[in-house]
Amino acid sequence: MFTLYKTYRPFVGPFDPCPPIRVKSFSTPPNLYIGFQPNNFPQFTPMEALRAGTLWKPLYDPYYNSRELAKGGNPL
Amino acid sequence: MWIYEKKLQYPVKVSTCNPMLAKFLIEQYGGADGELSAALRYLNQRYSIPDRVIGLLTDIGTEEFAHLEMIATMIYKLTKDATPEQMKAAGLGDHYVNHDNGLFYHNAAGAPWTATYIQAKGDPIADLYEDIAAEEKARATYQWIINMSDDPDLNDALRFLREREIVHSLRFREAVEILKEEKDKKRIF
Repeated sequence: MFTLYKTYRPFVGPFDPCPPIRVKSFSTPPNLYIGFQPNNFPQFTPMEALRAGTLWKPLYDPYYNSRELAKGGNPL
Repeated sequence: MWIYEKKLQYPVKVSTCNPMLAKFLIEQYGGADGELSAALRYLNQRYSIPDRVIGLLTDIGTEEFAHLEMIATMIYKLTKDATPEQMKAAGLGDHYVNHDNGLFYHNAAGAPWTATYIQAKGDPIADLYEDIAAEEKARATYQWIINMSDDPDLNDALRFLREREIVHSLRFREAVEILKEEKDKKRIF
C-alpha cells in the first residue's frame, strides 16, 4: 500500500544503553512523486485550501507527532 | 518593489504558556534552514538565473518573508509576558541577558545568523538543487519542532508552514524540469 511515511528497522545491539526504538519512520512527501504537476489536478475548495496550505489535494500531507497521532490527528 | 499586506499569511494562535517552544522555534527564525535564510537565498539568486524561473524565486522568496513574520509572531507571543525567571527556566537565560525579550536572528543553540548559511553559485542547476535541499531541510525542521510541541494551535500553524515547504520543493523541481527543456518533447534516446 502506498504511504507517504516509510519505515525501517535499525540494528539493535545487545549492549545499547537506551531502550531500542525498533521501528524508525521518515517522511517521503508527495513532491517526490509528482515530478511536474500535470493539468487538471484535483483541488480543494478555496476555504479548505487556506487551511491546508495548498490548493492541490495530491500535495496535502499533514504531519502529526506521536501524541497527536494517538488522538487521531485533526484532519481537515 | 513590494506591497505589504498587514496581516499574517495564516493565523498564529498560541494556546499554552511555554517559553521553551520559543527557544526551539528560533531555529526557523535565524537558523541555517530558517525562513530568513530562505528568503535571502532565493531573492538573491534571482539575478543570475534564466528569465523563465526568476518569477518563481521572487514569489517564493517573498512568501518566505511572510513565514518569517509568522515565526516571529509565535516567538513573540510565547515570550512577551515571560519573567526573567521563566526565561531562565526555559533555557533562554543567555538570550535574556543579551536581548531581554526581544527577538534576534540566531538559531536554537544561540549561534547568530550568518550569510555563510546561503549560497549563490551562479549556476542555475546548482542553485535550484540547493533550494530544493533547503526546502526539504526546513520541512524536516518543522517536523522536529512539531515533535517537541504539545500546543495544538501552534502545531496547526506549523503544519501549514511545513505544507508550504512541500509545495515550494515541488515548484523548484519543476523549475529544474523547465530548464532541462525536455518537457513535452518526444524523447528518443
